[in-house]
Amino acid sequence: MSKIWVYAEVSNGKVDPTALEILTKARDLAEDVEGVVLGPGATEAASVLGEYGATTVYASDDPVYADYVAQPAAHALYQLIQQHSPDVVLFAMNYDSRDIAGRLSAKTGSTLMSNVFEILGSDRAQTGIFGGATLVDVDLQGSPKLLLVRPKSFEPEPSGGSAKVVPVDIDIPDELKKSRRLERHEEAASGPRLEEAPIVLAGGRGLQDPSNFKLLDELASEIGDAAVGATRAVVDAGWVPYAMQIGQTGTTVKPGVYLAFGISGATQHIVGMKGAKKIVAINKDEEAPIFQIADLGIVGDALKILPQLIEEVRSRKG
Amino acid sequence: MNIVVCVKHIPDPNIPGELEGGRLKRSGVQGVLDPGDEFGVETGLQLKEAHGGEVTLVSMGPPTAMEAIRRGLSMGADKGLLVSDDALQGACALVTARVLAAAIKKSGPFDLVIAGVESTDGYTGTMPSTLAELLDVPQVTFVKRLDSADGTIRADRQTAEGYQVVESPLPALITVTAGVNSPRYASFKGIMAAKKKPVDNLSIGDLGLSSEEVTSMQQIASVGSAEARKAGEVIEDDGTGAQRVAEFLKEAKVI
Ligand SMILES: Cc1cc2nc3c(=O)[nH]c(=O)nc-3n(C[C@H](O)[C@H](O)[C@H](O)COP(=O)(O)OP(=O)(O)OC[C@H]3O[C@@H](n4cnc5c(N)ncnc54)[C@H](O)[C@@H]3O)c2cc1C
Ligand SMILES: Nc1ncnc2c1ncn2[C@@H]1O[C@H](COP(=O)(O)O)[C@@H](O)[C@H]1O
Repeated sequence: MSKIWVYAEVSNGKVDPTALEILTKARDLAEDVEGVVLGPGATEAASVLGEYGATTVYASDDPVYADYVAQPAAHALYQLIQQHSPDVVLFAMNYDSRDIAGRLSAKTGSTLMSNVFEILGSDRAQTGIFGGATLVDVDLQGSPKLLLVRPKSFEPEPSGGSAKVVPVDIDIPDELKKSRRLERHEEAASGPRLEEAPIVLAGGRGLQDPSNFKLLDELASEIGDAAVGATRAVVDAGWVPYAMQIGQTGTTVKPGVYLAFGISGATQHIVGMKGAKKIVAINKDEEAPIFQIADLGIVGDALKILPQLIEEVRSRKG
Repeated sequence: MNIVVCVKHIPDPNIPGELEGGRLKRSGVQGVLDPGDEFGVETGLQLKEAHGGEVTLVSMGPPTAMEAIRRGLSMGADKGLLVSDDALQGACALVTARVLAAAIKKSGPFDLVIAGVESTDGYTGTMPSTLAELLDVPQVTFVKRLDSADGTIRADRQTAEGYQVVESPLPALITVTAGVNSPRYASFKGIMAAKKKPVDNLSIGDLGLSSEEVTSMQQIASVGSAEARKAGEVIEDDGTGAQRVAEFLKEAKVI
């Protein structure tokens, strides 16, 4: 493969960590690895991309890319692609990138593959179905190939390199400035971030009532380095904010230990946590699919076990 | 307000999926309207109730996909449009978007196109954005709350950290999440009425698309099993379950 591009999101001055994972992988695949980053903070982000293997980074700090949904970025990317002809463009399977890549596919007329687990060559990539239990290799056509890669598919490793920054100066026509972000709200939880925490405690519908999530918070603060997550079932029910959702449409986690309380183990949940080193599941139904992937399974009532576990952890800490 | 809702017919997700040639088996499998698209239909119906107009359902799929359209019609949508063609089997997201874009253009002017965030069976999550580009309209994805007035929509758009408030003029395309509303049930009266509502059947030829435009650009090369995670020990809680978990955590050096 001759030239791979990695599109990197930047927000609040921070480069999306998935971009660094993808860059690390791209280094194995091509001589020429380049980055594209658009929006406030882009120029600074470019140097981080350089540390992870991008030799050239096309960057623009223009706020238009953050203010308006998808259209300006898709427009700019398309222009850049026409000028520089990359063979493959890699994106993280995140909110904004998904929107941009979708529009870009219509412009380039080339294929866009979602949920990529592994990149096998310039025209082949792998995805998983049934929660990742079955792997499917897919041949891709058209140019450039557009791939949306699932977060945490690769381990990020700095290359010790640095990037040449090429400023992007593309005029965005007014008719692409329509869908506008007016406000940004963060529902930040206390403690470590879900995607970075070494221990994740996740609750599902089996916790019976939103107020019981307090038990998970309490256990998390007893353990210290733990974050609390949830299934889509309880997020949709409004028990906890969406930012806590783990799975296909939520956050992908890869902690040292993952504890599931009252979670059935639907494939869409498993795809977001199967990378955990150790899995512990507590479920009162011995047939629950989550037990098939758990290193330790307890068939029992999560609401009885949680307060006991808080006590156990507290007493063992001393 | 003229509203178009994308509805996908999928194998019943409550029946364990089977593979056929590397794809989810569809023929001979009980199908349903994608539960994710019920939120789209409900969104369309609520907008129609508030602003007047019509709700048109569009779907691409085999002739049995008519079931999904009938279901949406029985919830209260006005008419349907189904594109069926053998050549479309295994269509990738781009091809699907081309077909739906052509069908929507053919059905007349619209104010809003609504789709699900991702389908339950295919979950590429990109078809709607590609469709928005082909229709040349702005998009607001991941909508979890929606207001509409005077030719403008304002929505809460879910993000990884929380949400954004996004505003867009119409015409536009939105994708809705499962949190946006509670889809209504079809009443008996609705089911009876749906049988008389108009549904257009179209093939690729009717849409003026070339065979190149509708050829999937993704082919399954091979299918294999991932290295299976082995199930560990599963024990019945006899009062010592919490203790066992704590020991496990200690061994894993997290406490
Ligand atoms: C397109 C799409 C995307 C999706 N994306 C996601 C996603 O990103 N993340 C996600 O999580 N889901 C996702 N889902 C939903 C997924 O299919 C499941 O519906 C969901 O994960 C189930 O959540 P749950 O385990 O909390 O609930 P349930 O499946 O209802 O399971 C509850 C479990 O709790 C157990 N239980 C009940 N009481 C107790 C008790 N007292 N003690 C112990 N155990 C108890 C029950 O035995 C049961 O196993 C998606 C679905 C679709 C269609
Ligand atoms: N064949 C189809 N017919 C109608 N709508 C579709 C079709 N495929 C996808 N969609 C719509 O696009 C959304 C996202 O689908 P996907 O890109 O497959 O994840 C779905 O929720 C539907 O609203």
